[in-house]
Amino acid sequence: MIPELGHVALTIALCLALAQGFFGLAGPIFNKPGWSAVAKPVSVGHFVFVAIAYGVLTHAHIISDFSVAYVANHSNSELPLLYRVSGVWGGHEGSMLLWALMLAVWGGLLGVFTKRIPLQTSAKVLGVMGIVSVGFLLFMLATSNPFDRLIPSPMEGRDLNPLLQDPGLAIHPPMLYMGYVGFAVAFAFAIAAMIEGRLDKEWARWIRPWTAVAWAFLTIGIALGSWWAYYELGWGGWWFWDPVENASFMPWLAGTALLHSLAVTERRGLFKGWTLLLAVSAFSLSLLGTFLVRSGVLVSVHAFATDPGRGLFILAMLVFFIGGALALYAWRAPALAQKGGFAPLSRETFILANNMLFVVATLLILFGTLYPLFLDGLGLGKISVGPPYFNTVFIIPTLPLVFLMGIGMHTAWKKMDWQQLKGKLWPFFVGALVFAVIVPLVVYRQFSLMKFIGVFLGVWAMAVAFVEPVKYFLRKRTLRGYSRTMISMCLAHFGIGVFVIGVTMVSTYGVARDIGMKPGETVMVEDYSFTLQGTRQVEGPNYSAVQADVLVERDGETVIVLQPEKRTYRVQQNPMTEADIHPRLHRDIFVAMGEPLGQGAWSMRIQYKPYIRFIWLGAFIMAFGAFFGATDKRYRVRREDEATEPSPATPGGQGKLQEGTA
Amino acid sequence: MKARHQRLFAIGLVVAGVGLGATFLLKAMNENILYFYSPTQLEAGEAPLDRRFRVGGLVVENSIVRSEGTMKVDFTISDEAFEVPVTYTGILPDLFREGQGIIVHGRMQDEYFVADEILAKHDENYMPPEVADSLEHTRKQAAAGEY
Repeated sequence: MIPELGHVALTIALCLALAQGFFGLAGPIFNKPGWSAVAKPVSVGHFVFVAIAYGVLTHAHIISDFSVAYVANHSNSELPLLYRVSGVWGGHEGSMLLWALMLAVWGGLLGVFTKRIPLQTSAKVLGVMGIVSVGFLLFMLATSNPFDRLIPSPMEGRDLNPLLQDPGLAIHPPMLYMGYVGFAVAFAFAIAAMIEGRLDKEWARWIRPWTAVAWAFLTIGIALGSWWAYYELGWGGWWFWDPVENASFMPWLAGTALLHSLAVTERRGLFKGWTLLLAVSAFSLSLLGTFLVRSGVLVSVHAFATDPGRGLFILAMLVFFIGGALALYAWRAPALAQKGGFAPLSRETFILANNMLFVVATLLILFGTLYPLFLDGLGLGKISVGPPYFNTVFIIPTLPLVFLMGIGMHTAWKKMDWQQLKGKLWPFFVGALVFAVIVPLVVYRQFSLMKFIGVFLGVWAMAVAFVEPVKYFLRKRTLRGYSRTMISMCLAHFGIGVFVIGVTMVSTYGVARDIGMKPGETVMVEDYSFTLQGTRQVEGPNYSAVQADVLVERDGETVIVLQPEKRTYRVQQNPMTEADIHPRLHRDIFVAMGEPLGQGAWSMRIQYKPYIRFIWLGAFIMAFGAFFGATDKRYRVRREDEATEPSPATPGGQGKLQEGTA
Repeated sequence: MKARHQRLFAIGLVVAGVGLGATFLLKAMNENILYFYSPTQLEAGEAPLDRRFRVGGLVVENSIVRSEGTMKVDFTISDEAFEVPVTYTGILPDLFREGQGIIVHGRMQDEYFVADEILAKHDENYMPPEVADSLEHTRKQAAAGEY
C-alpha cells in the first residue's frame, strides 16, 4: 500500500509542476499578479510531494520490501543500513527520482528565497523550473516508475552492485546532482531574462549566488567521484576521461565560464548575451550528460538503462529545452543593449580570455565524447577516443588559463596600468620560476618540461592568490569590511593552484608497479619496502574475502601493515578488489591485490602517489570558496537600499582588486 | 576601446581560439583513435598491422594459461566464428573470466595479439556493445547458412 502512495505523490507532484509552470509563466505574460503569486507556494508544495515520493522509496528500501521491483533489484536484507538508504539512487529509476528531488529542492528554495526579486521575474523563473520538472516527472511516470510492483515478490533482493557499497559513493550522487540540477536555476533565470528582454546588473546579482552554490556542489560531486574511482575501482587512477566523467565535467567547465562572465555582467553590465548563452549551455550540458548516462548509448557502471524508449524520451526533452532556449536566444538576445567598453589590459579582457579557453576546452571534450557515438550511429565504424586525446586537448587550453588567472585577478576593471601590474606581480613570477627549477632538480633529481611547467603554474597560482587580502590585513589589522566575494575568488584560485600541484606531482613522480609476490618476499618502491607476510580468509557482513598483510617499512622502521582484500560478494558473486591505502598529505601508499598465482603467491599492484591528496583538497578549497562567496551580504541587499549602495569605485587606486568592493 | 574595436578584438580572439583548437584537435584525434575489429574482421585481414587497435569477444572456455611465476597470461577470444590468441602481462580486471565478453587494446605481433590493456566492465551481465554486435552478426550468418 505504501509504495502506491509514493506513486500517487509523484503524480500530484507532476500536477503541481504543471501548475507552477503555467501560473509562473502565464501570470507575468498576461499581467495577472494573482497568478504569478501562486507559483511560489506551489513550488514549495511540489517539493513536499516529490520529497514524500522519495521518502516512500527510501522506506521501502529500509524495510526491504522486495515486492517493489526496484528494491528487489537493488537491495538485499543483508545490506547494511547506510547502503540501503544510498541504494535508493543505486539504479536508474531511483537516481531519476533523486534528480527530480534535487530539482524540487532548488525550486522550493527559489520559492522561499526570492522575496527581494520582483514578482514578474521570480514567477517566470519558477515557471521555467516547473516546466523542467514536468519533463522529468513525466519521464519517470511514463518510462521509469520506481514504484512498480514485482508479483510474486521474491524472498530476497538481488543486492546493490558491490562497487556502490562504499561511503564515498553513497554521497557522490546527491552532491553531483545538486550541482548538475542547480544549473537549472541559472537556466531558468536566463529564460526569464530573455522573455522579458531585459537583463541588467541586478539580474546578474540575483543569479550569481545560486550559480556559485550549484557550481560548488558540482565541484564536490566530481571530486568525490574521482576519489572513489581512485580507491575503489581505478587501481589508483583518479580520472579516466570516461564519457560518464566527461558528462559531469563539461557542465562544470561551462559553469565555471558562466561564473566569470557573470562577474563582468554584474560589475560592468557587459557580456550579456554571452552570459545568457553560457547559462543555457551549462544546463544543456547537464541534460546532455543525463541523456548520455541514462539512455544506454554509453555503457558503464553509471548506465543502468538500456531501454531505447527512455533514451528517446530524454532526447526529445533535450531537443525541446536546448532548442527552445537557443531559439529564444536568437530572437531576444540582439535586443539586449550594452554600453561601455574596456581597454585591452583590463579585468574584462582577462575574463574574456578565460571564457574563450573554457569554451574551447569544453567543445574539444564534447567532440571527443560524441564523435565515436556519431560515427557509430552513421555506421562508419566503431572507434574509441583514448585518454591521451583528452589529456592533450584539456591541458593545452588549461596551461595559459592558470597563468592568466594569476594576472587577471590583479587587474582592474576597465583599464589597468601595465607598470603597476608588473610592479605588483614580478616578485611572485620570479619566485615561482625559482621554485619550479629547484623542486624537480634538487628535491626529486628528475627534471622535465612538464614538471617545470606544472610546478611553476601551481606555485604561481597559490602565491598570488592571497596578495590582496594579505595587504589589506597588514594595512588595517583586520579583514573586517573586506568583500567576501573577493575572498571567495582568492580561495577558489588558490584551490586551482593546489590542484595543479597535485596533478603535476602524481602524474610525473608517481610510481606504480605490478608484481607477483610470494609470502615473505620483499620489494622496494621508492624509499619504501613492501613485504607480503601472508594471506587469510575473512568474512564481511555480505561478502567473504582473502586478506593480505603487507608490511611497509622505510629505513628499517615500520610505517604500517596494509591489509588489501579480494572480496567476493555472496549475492552477485562478483570479485572485488579492495585496495588498502596509507594516506598522508604529501603522499599515498597504495596496495591492491590482483589474482592468486599459486602456492600462496599473489600478483600485487604497489603504488607511490606523491601529493595525490592535493587534487581533491584543491577541489574542496574551490568549492568552499564558492560557498563562501555566496554568503556575501550584497546578495542580500534589499531593493530599496540599492540607491544608497556605495559606488564600486575603490579607494586606493587602480591596482586594487575591485571585485565586490560594494 | 571603441565598440567596433572591441568587437574586432573579440572576433580575433574567437578565430585564434578556434584555429588553435582545431589544430590540436586534429592532431590529437589522429593519434588517439582506436578502431574496433571483431575476430572475423581480423581473420579477413582488415585490421592494421602497424598501429594499436581494439579487439573484442568472449574469453574461450579453458583457454586461459598462466605462465608459472610470472604475470604473463595467454588466452583466446572468439566471436563464435573465429578465434584470436591474446597474450598479456599484468593484473587482470576483477571480472575477467572464461565466457565473459571483454575488449582488449594492443597490436598484432606475428600470430598473437599482444594486449596492453584489458577491459572487462563492472557488471557480470554486461557485454561490451561492440562484442554484442559482432556476436549477433555471427549468429545471423550462422542462421542464414542453415537455410
